[in-house]
Amino acid sequence: MSPWLALAIWLLVVATIIPVMGMAIGYAEMKISAHMQSRIGPYFAGGRFGWAQLIADGVKFFQKEDLVPENADRPVFKMAPVLVMVGTVGLFVVIPFGPGLTPQNLDLGIFYALAISSVGTIGVLMAGWSSGNKYSLMGGLRAAGQLIAYELPLVLAVVGVVILAGTMSLDGIVQAQISWFSEAGWSLGMPFVIVQAVGLGVFFVASLAELSRIPFDMPIAESELVMGYLTEYSGFRFLFFFLAEFANMFTLSAIAATLFLGGYWVPGVPDSILQFVGPLVLLGKIALFIFVSIWVRWTFPRFREDQLQTLAWKWLVPISLANIIVTGVLKVVL
Amino acid sequence: MGFEDWAAEPLNWVFLAVALATTISGLRVVTSPNVVHAALFLVAALAGTAAIFLLLAAEFLAWVLVLVYIGAVIVLFLFGIMITRAPTGRDEAEVDHQRRLPALLVSAALFALLSWGLLSQWGDTTLDGITAGTPTSVLAEGLLGRFVFPFEVVGFVLLAALVGGITIARRDLSPAEERERESR
Repeated sequence: MSPWLALAIWLLVVATIIPVMGMAIGYAEMKISAHMQSRIGPYFAGGRFGWAQLIADGVKFFQKEDLVPENADRPVFKMAPVLVMVGTVGLFVVIPFGPGLTPQNLDLGIFYALAISSVGTIGVLMAGWSSGNKYSLMGGLRAAGQLIAYELPLVLAVVGVVILAGTMSLDGIVQAQISWFSEAGWSLGMPFVIVQAVGLGVFFVASLAELSRIPFDMPIAESELVMGYLTEYSGFRFLFFFLAEFANMFTLSAIAATLFLGGYWVPGVPDSILQFVGPLVLLGKIALFIFVSIWVRWTFPRFREDQLQTLAWKWLVPISLANIIVTGVLKVVL
Repeated sequence: MGFEDWAAEPLNWVFLAVALATTISGLRVVTSPNVVHAALFLVAALAGTAAIFLLLAAEFLAWVLVLVYIGAVIVLFLFGIMITRAPTGRDEAEVDHQRRLPALLVSAALFALLSWGLLSQWGDTTLDGITAGTPTSVLAEGLLGRFVFPFEVVGFVLLAALVGGITIARRDLSPAEERERESR
């Protein structure tokens, strides 16, 4: 297969996954939150269970006028959603969906993923500044402070897994979990969550903050800032931010599942079957993370700005550093 | 190498496009009248530099540039600019220094020095057989093995700079202010 054809196929897959997953997660969020609050949630669109609600919402966004405020900085305002999307789409490059089903198995794997996802922060700041609106600017500033604070624990939490696996390639990390104890002739797998539970905890909290979801949604706190850096966006460009947020939830959950839960792997299933079942297994593990983050969102109140910074700098960073030291020492001793 | 040979290699065209974009963004960083625009052009210039590193098969360096500079340093720049003043449209404050001649001289001298250094060291040497980037494990062994001492020294200097920066920026409260704060 020529590289261009392969590229076209992968692009098509990603261009399908992002809106479909975005809508699926959006629908799950509506339904789960409704049931947690003893409501029914979307009910009528599509006939049963309101399954077409998000499709109707998407069509609505396309019909809306693409407004740009009078004193906005037009080119920057229009570029911002694209840049946010770049950080999201770039993550799909390294996620292993099954044995041999990694779009591009980079040697740098997880490092690349963390680097490309940090590009979105610039997009958020651009959106906040270029809107020419004080609420947007405050939202952008809060977002920048928060994303910088939580990027550090996010990166540090991964280091423990990298030490254990001895590689940064995501495919290599899955392989390391599949054959953790391997003697002549047989091997026994172990998902890294068993020894890296602390790392998973830090990674999960930090990724919630990176996504600015409740309880970390100070940047778009609607009771104070209207909608933060999203205030002035409408129609198609708002849809871009919306889809990027949900697709980001998907990719960060996929990375968490790959690093800590063994990715596409289930114990006792040979590679020949995993090739077909692998993506579904990964999807199941992703769904677990997404459910927990929706659960957290509808359970906890919003953090105050100082509590948010305290949690990042005084708790998560020291915990993840201690985790690295303990993991490193045990790796050398054992 | 003739133009025919040069044009036959598609990577050369990619390099030309990236290099042009990087140079133009670099120029716009210093000429842009709006300070936020200047910072955003710096993002473009750094992204172009990362792309050139990728073309040279230096993947690790390229993504370090993206993670550290685009993802953190520029974000802090923008944060600092926006928290102090952030007008959209034309910036009232004068960003330009009106010292173009000295700036031109310094940058030309720097360019000449770097080119001279590189050309006298390598000249026409062609590096063959570089198809893939250096594996990360090799880089790690080098950094934490052979070069561990300079690596730690750089880390120590950075830590000292950090402590120094905090000491300068932080103002300790006088005893009277301290008491007032506690009574509040």
